[in-house]
Amino acid sequence: MTTATDTIDAHDEHHDHKMTGLKRWLYTTNHKDIGTLYLWFSFIMLLTGGAMAMVIRAELFQPGLQIIEPDFFNQMTTVHGLIMVFGAIMPAFTGLANWMLPMMIGAPDMALPRLNNWSFWILPFAFGILLSSLFMEGGGPNFGWTFYAPLSTTYSNGSTAFFVFAVHIMGISSIMGAINIVVTIMNLRAPGMTYMKMPLFVWTFFITAYLLIAVMPVLAGTVTMVLTDTYFGTDFFNAAGGGDPVMFQHIFWFFGHPEVYIMILPAFGIVSTIIPAFARKKLFGYSSMVYATSSIAFLSFIVWAHHMFTTGMPLAGELFFMYCTMLIAVPTGVKVFNWVATMWKGSMTFETPMLFSLAFVILFTIGGFSGLMLAMTPVDFQYHDTYFVVAHFHYVLVTGSLFSIYAAAYYWLPKWTGHMYSEKLGRFHFWCSLISVNLLFFPMHFLGLAGMPRRIPDYALQFADFNKWVSIGGFAFGLSQLIFLVLVIKCIRGGEKAPAKPWDGAEGLEWEVDSPAPYHTFSTPPEIK
Amino acid sequence: MTTKTEKEYESYYVPDASHWPIVGAVALFLIAIGAGSYVANIKTGEGIGGWVLLAGIALIIYMIVGWFSNVINESMEGKYSAQMDNSFRQGMSWFIFSEVMFFAAFFGALLYARVFAVPWLGGAGNNLETFQVLWPEFQAAWPLTKTPDGTTTEAMGWGGLPLYNTILLMTSSVTAHFAHVALEQNKRGALKVWLGITILLGLAFLALQVEEYIYAYSSMGLTLASGIYGNTFFMLTGFHGMHVTLGTIMLIVMFFRVLKGHFTPDNHFAFQAASWYWHFVDVVWVLLFIFVYIL
Repeated sequence: MTTATDTIDAHDEHHDHKMTGLKRWLYTTNHKDIGTLYLWFSFIMLLTGGAMAMVIRAELFQPGLQIIEPDFFNQMTTVHGLIMVFGAIMPAFTGLANWMLPMMIGAPDMALPRLNNWSFWILPFAFGILLSSLFMEGGGPNFGWTFYAPLSTTYSNGSTAFFVFAVHIMGISSIMGAINIVVTIMNLRAPGMTYMKMPLFVWTFFITAYLLIAVMPVLAGTVTMVLTDTYFGTDFFNAAGGGDPVMFQHIFWFFGHPEVYIMILPAFGIVSTIIPAFARKKLFGYSSMVYATSSIAFLSFIVWAHHMFTTGMPLAGELFFMYCTMLIAVPTGVKVFNWVATMWKGSMTFETPMLFSLAFVILFTIGGFSGLMLAMTPVDFQYHDTYFVVAHFHYVLVTGSLFSIYAAAYYWLPKWTGHMYSEKLGRFHFWCSLISVNLLFFPMHFLGLAGMPRRIPDYALQFADFNKWVSIGGFAFGLSQLIFLVLVIKCIRGGEKAPAKPWDGAEGLEWEVDSPAPYHTFSTPPEIK
Repeated sequence: MTTKTEKEYESYYVPDASHWPIVGAVALFLIAIGAGSYVANIKTGEGIGGWVLLAGIALIIYMIVGWFSNVINESMEGKYSAQMDNSFRQGMSWFIFSEVMFFAAFFGALLYARVFAVPWLGGAGNNLETFQVLWPEFQAAWPLTKTPDGTTTEAMGWGGLPLYNTILLMTSSVTAHFAHVALEQNKRGALKVWLGITILLGLAFLALQVEEYIYAYSSMGLTLASGIYGNTFFMLTGFHGMHVTLGTIMLIVMFFRVLKGHFTPDNHFAFQAASWYWHFVDVVWVLLFIFVYIL
């Protein structure tokens, strides 16, 4: 990180109010600094959550209980999920938003820079609390990242209160970050940049931020009810007091389903930026992309109970949520069509950002198809809580969200560091990741269809072969990510000097400033024609 | 959009590095671990969690005072453009929207319990067997005065204190509006009077709310733990009461700022924000009064 500081310093023209050393990072109000903090934090969390995934895969390498206790296994699956969702994917997107949005819309900074700093710096504390709860008496949270009642209430261990307050802080961070994004986009666009002239990247973050403001408070309400049920004698999720454990799932998934789109809509924006750049064509169907993104966001509010088909909902509810869920395939199909149409007859080149984007389109679509299968109520009765579900959401979250974040990182690394990354190392990272990730997640489909339940540390003998391969894929994928770490450090330290616009097909205001981007950009806004 | 000239953009104020956010982050950390260990040991009463929590609260008050006086000073020095003011206004409106969604979670729980959970426990829909096997004695009704496991309570009526509170809070919304109008017309005297009355009404509301709680706990057997009715009643009114408290504190701060001569007819974001917040807690109360007390 110090090297990053030096690199940026060297090109900085505004020395007036910049601090040095640790204070710079603690006190900063600069959107680029805060973006860098978010991105590093999310990468550290990715490795932490990944290490936990490796513990899980080590235990599942062969049938029987070998390495860890079942309770610790449960803590690993829980904290792995929480860290990847709230610590890795979401902060990575917020980091990208911080770095890129002001530059893309020609703004001097985020609209509320001090709030921006606060949104970031409360996050490491929240994850510090969550991780330290693993070492407390009785262990950390072990009820799954979805913390279903009564597992998280009646049957939870002593550290649930810490889990609840950690989630509260993560929620505050997300809401404040999202408010900042919305206000920046609504209020700080350069003159002439109308809404329909904004880059699609900006649009998707705009819509995502609305989703965050709408649902993170509901998560806060849910964990609050878990807290009072556990410690203050309320019965929200206890039928003996007139409540209902199924009600937990309704309230949780009202947050949870928009949440999964919070983790994929920005990915759509990234891919819609990168594919046109390397196909050297304008994005096909810009306005249909905007409307499709908005429709997906709207639909995300009325599909939550498709996570709960097996809870014994009334038939009308099952049908309603099934049809609404399938409806999402329409705008998503529009998007996939548009990406393919953008590439159609384009002059394509295959640099690392493009490779990750292409893999995104194909593998995310696989995840989308398995999602459609899960959307069918009668079929879901069979798949519910099996490895098929695990395969589905890892296809959309790892080969979807995470791949898009890698694509974005490769695409903008020259802008951030001022150096070209090593294309050779980048491709090596891509191919290692692509092969291992499919070895990791593809066989999970078969395991699930054959009936292997998720979140269980042991399994029947017939699943042994597939699980062995899945675990090997898991370790390979985890280790492959270290290539990226090496690549980024090398890129920060030096390398070929990057021009202002290293990709000849790229468009957008961010390419009009130097590489690395000066500490302050667009203090006077550019005029957009 | 049309009002944005290039001049306004040039003057958009990007503040210097500030130590307040990290102070706030540490404060929030202390609050979380303090509250966490306090709650985790609530049955034994051991540990220093409560003190850590208090330290966190003290630190966050210190942070808010310091951060806000920074902002107020910058505003008084005229560093903020109309565009900056817009950022603040939009930020505040979206913050209030997030608060609305927080209450929505609890209203959702209330409505789900009333419309689905309780009738189903009584055998409605396809739940006859559940009813017969689990609690065949249970009678579904709302307010749920007897839970399936036999906890009994009384239901809070809407007359008396809740009705007075409704009148108080509705009136205070009107007086807050009068105060705002007076500020916009630069009638400082009327502003002070209306704002003062609003604060007094808010305090009266809070006092009556405390009295209502005492009455519920001591005479009606209605507590936070009396089944889903008591849960939703106290969580909704309790969180609302906390928001009224916060809103009253905001209004009191505004009152002292008015006394110091702050705010002009066209530059008074902080006052506007406090007044929006006040209207928001009023609207929530009206919904509470309808769904928690009357229906």
